[in-house]
Amino acid sequence: MISMARKTVLREPDGFLKVYKHKPGAEKNRTHYCPGCGHGILHKLIAEALEDLDIVDDTIMMSPVGCSVFVYYYFDTGHFQVAHGRAPAVATAVSRANPDSVVISYQGDGDLAAIGGNNILQAANRGENIVVFFVNNAIYGMTGGQMAPTTLPGQKTTTTPYGRDPKTDGYPIKVSELISQLTAPVYVTRTSLHDAANTRKTRAAVRKALQNTRDKKGFSFVEVLCMCPTQWKTKPIDGPQWIIDNMLDVFPLGVYKDITEDAPLTVRPTPVHDSDSVKKALDYKESKAELTRLDVPELFRKTSLRVSGFGGQGIMSTGIALAHLGMEYGYNVSWLPSYGPEMRGGTANCSVKIQDGSIGASEATEPNIIIAMNQPSLEKFEKIMQTGGALLYNSTLIDIEPSRDDVKVYPVPITGMADELGDTRVQSMVSVGAFAAITGLFDPAEINRLMPGLFAGKPEKVIKMNEKAIMAGYNYVKEHFSS
Amino acid sequence: MSESRNYPFPEMNHDICKGCGLCVLACPKDVLVISEKLNSKGFHYSVYTGEGCIGCGNCFYGCPEPSAVTVYMKDYVPGEVS
Repeated sequence: MISMARKTVLREPDGFLKVYKHKPGAEKNRTHYCPGCGHGILHKLIAEALEDLDIVDDTIMMSPVGCSVFVYYYFDTGHFQVAHGRAPAVATAVSRANPDSVVISYQGDGDLAAIGGNNILQAANRGENIVVFFVNNAIYGMTGGQMAPTTLPGQKTTTTPYGRDPKTDGYPIKVSELISQLTAPVYVTRTSLHDAANTRKTRAAVRKALQNTRDKKGFSFVEVLCMCPTQWKTKPIDGPQWIIDNMLDVFPLGVYKDITEDAPLTVRPTPVHDSDSVKKALDYKESKAELTRLDVPELFRKTSLRVSGFGGQGIMSTGIALAHLGMEYGYNVSWLPSYGPEMRGGTANCSVKIQDGSIGASEATEPNIIIAMNQPSLEKFEKIMQTGGALLYNSTLIDIEPSRDDVKVYPVPITGMADELGDTRVQSMVSVGAFAAITGLFDPAEINRLMPGLFAGKPEKVIKMNEKAIMAGYNYVKEHFSS
Repeated sequence: MSESRNYPFPEMNHDICKGCGLCVLACPKDVLVISEKLNSKGFHYSVYTGEGCIGCGNCFYGCPEPSAVTVYMKDYVPGEVS
């Protein structure tokens, strides 16, 4: 129970920032919510409870996607702004990594009950020590009033203009009822903001749920029926009556589950944060090879590479192999994949950086070397190359000439050479060999020595063929192009 | 805030108010009204009629704006740290 002196003044709680400094624009003292929106009321109840329980500095909030995406404008707590529906998953990680924190997942009904439906069930089922505030206003607010999983039968929305028809659109999902059927949650309640008495009950539920989390009691879930006059097309002052007329029958208020008194303390493994223990846990070994750096031309001491082609052409493997090799030579490396919508047959590219010093952006926006495996890739990426860079392209599949005349061009029949070796798939290693020859970064003999590590678990035959492919690519460049 | 005021009373921040009227709805004594005037943001803001407040706090908890309403209770001592 909360014990505190009776308040002599009710004022903006200290759970809020004094000035909403993260909010863009000149208005730093008002919320972005519409007149009559229930979010602000629930915000106030949470902020007040955080202050009264003295846990503002211990709290980390997940802001969802929806109107309350900007929760981080207002609360003086730690924050994560989380992808749509994923707040309970991120909250899980935050809670596990910081077991002494009070972790709040603040979500709307579109976020929680639609795209995040499984996330919330699984987090509840694991009994994560978090509190979820679930704002149910029976509609998608921010996106423009579409039907939500909680939309009422007959309710008109922009996507149910004739009213939600349960025969085709299903029934409103009663999330509190669902969650309360699980074994792990300790406190599940549905309250409402439609009048002063129910707002007081909501206030009590908010406080109880936050205390549960503070006291490591486990998963608490507070569903709050909330006004959305804008998308309900009512006047702000008519919002509360709309809840009474439409929502209370479908979403009965009350405590659905409360085993708080008997709940055992949530037990979690002690998180490990020091880097030595993390390395040990990941079985990380310090650089396996003490490779001597080669004398690399000035241009490639800061290698910025784009590999691009069809999905299935080994684009990603080429990039990963090169990044690993860079690491073996003691460079800092990054690898950033970019997939088209299709895994096979679509376009794919990746960025690789190999350099000394820290790497800022991992995307190669101005590459000094590109590997283009098909014509669209050549056309797309030659445009963004640095002057004087190296353009390696797959002349088996590309029969046009590059348009840039200020770069050094290396047409290499990569696919053809792989086919001659007996397996088209080794074209990625032909590219690796050619890259080594062009940049001078890697010694092909060393690459071969590292092969078993790069292809851990692959049969000897595959490793041998990849070795041959690397040498073929390397030798082709050395024989056909002067350095 | 004037010290001559009778406690309890609600202090309405007129420029923060968005005129939704939820405080008016929540007030059991009907001592809050929506002004005919507009504030600097273009809303008809809520105002306290000046007497009859019982300090129940319903307007504070019913108002969606964090800083639009402050309620000073009967035993509030002006200037006290809160």
